[in-house]
Amino acid sequence: MTLYRPPRSPLAALFLREIRVGRRIGGGSMLGVIFFLVLVTLTPFAIGPDLALLSRIAPAILWLSGLLATLLGLDRLFQADYEDGSLDLMLTSRTPLELVILTKCAAHWVLTGLPLVAAAPLFGLMLAMPAQDLWRIALSLLVGTPALTLIGAIGAALTVSLRRGGLLLAVLILPLSVPVLIFGVAAAAATESGLLPFATPMMILCALTLLALVGAPVAAAAALRQAGS
Amino acid sequence: MLRIEASDIAVERGGRRVLSGLSFALDAGECLLVTGPNGAGKSTLLRAMAGLLPLRSGTLSHTPDSDAPLAEQAHFVGHADALKGSLTVAENLTFLAAMLRTGEAGCSVEGSLAALGLARLADLPASYLSAGQKRRVALARLLVARRPLWLLDEPSTALDRAAQGMLGKIMAAHRADGGLIVAATHASLGIDGRELKLGASS
Repeated sequence: MTLYRPPRSPLAALFLREIRVGRRIGGGSMLGVIFFLVLVTLTPFAIGPDLALLSRIAPAILWLSGLLATLLGLDRLFQADYEDGSLDLMLTSRTPLELVILTKCAAHWVLTGLPLVAAAPLFGLMLAMPAQDLWRIALSLLVGTPALTLIGAIGAALTVSLRRGGLLLAVLILPLSVPVLIFGVAAAAATESGLLPFATPMMILCALTLLALVGAPVAAAAALRQAGS
Repeated sequence: MLRIEASDIAVERGGRRVLSGLSFALDAGECLLVTGPNGAGKSTLLRAMAGLLPLRSGTLSHTPDSDAPLAEQAHFVGHADALKGSLTVAENLTFLAAMLRTGEAGCSVEGSLAALGLARLADLPASYLSAGQKRRVALARLLVARRPLWLLDEPSTALDRAAQGMLGKIMAAHRADGGLIVAATHASLGIDGRELKLGASS
């Protein structure tokens, strides 16, 4: 038997595994963006053919849809590993649990958040947004969706041992995502004329994401350690 | 060489005391067979030793008292096999090797699979495996990452006679190497070891 060292660091191996599991059959990583499309498509039917109204509320619709689409797969973020016993192994790993959580969130965001960001300009067009404003919605989602995933990770960790924790997860974290939603929509709805500023809400959105990046893994790790006992 | 000493440990689960006043010591190369009726606290003891449950009282010390806590020197094989059905056997093991690795190098994925008679299944998705084969893969992770303490919860469940023989062989090799084994079991595992009998909790 030959001795060998694993080729990858634990976190790189975890990231690769998460991406593989998400992309293969049953992973459901494309569900989020399809759900996003469905919500955006339904809105004009509900509101009617008023293009001026539609283009005015488009940033809000896109952000709300993005928020709900992000939420979609989050309840399984730790639950799948909890049920099949992988979480126990992550707890006995030499890698700090906080970094494990951060890596899982990064992989989850790449699978669900990033497609939303890529699809947002296209869906903005469907809601009659002016073409020159589309970059703002994409940029605000790019900066804001990681915060949504990270805040969601806290809820996912808290509800990890509940069989039907999905709804509780939504109730727990939607209030916490209100600041992200407010400043995300504010940044996306800014106008060229400067009547509604872009830089201020954008910088606050960046700050919220950085805050979630630091705080959420610690909070989620504490919740997961409790879940085992 | 690792040595473990538990003195007067008590563990609670959901506010109910499952274990109390338990003391034992385990030297390098030794094997502790934890027996007792269902609900006696065998799994609880193993989970507590793996650091997954907090001790209510008592101490669980290990020497040499290196930087790594006992949990990071332990392999925990529980009832769940910790496999992702959509990944192949080799992908599962490669991930576990990286996740559980310590300073020392372990066996290669191929070598570990061969030791448990799974060499031909390396490229099969884990969801296609039978219960016994999944168990074998779960046991193969004992080899891909080298850790001195093995905590095995009913390791021979679903294993056929041949696989039980392979398990006995890798356990004997691990002990010869100075490793420690704590196994909760009802069946005889084909290895000698001290027996720790847990009483049924009321």
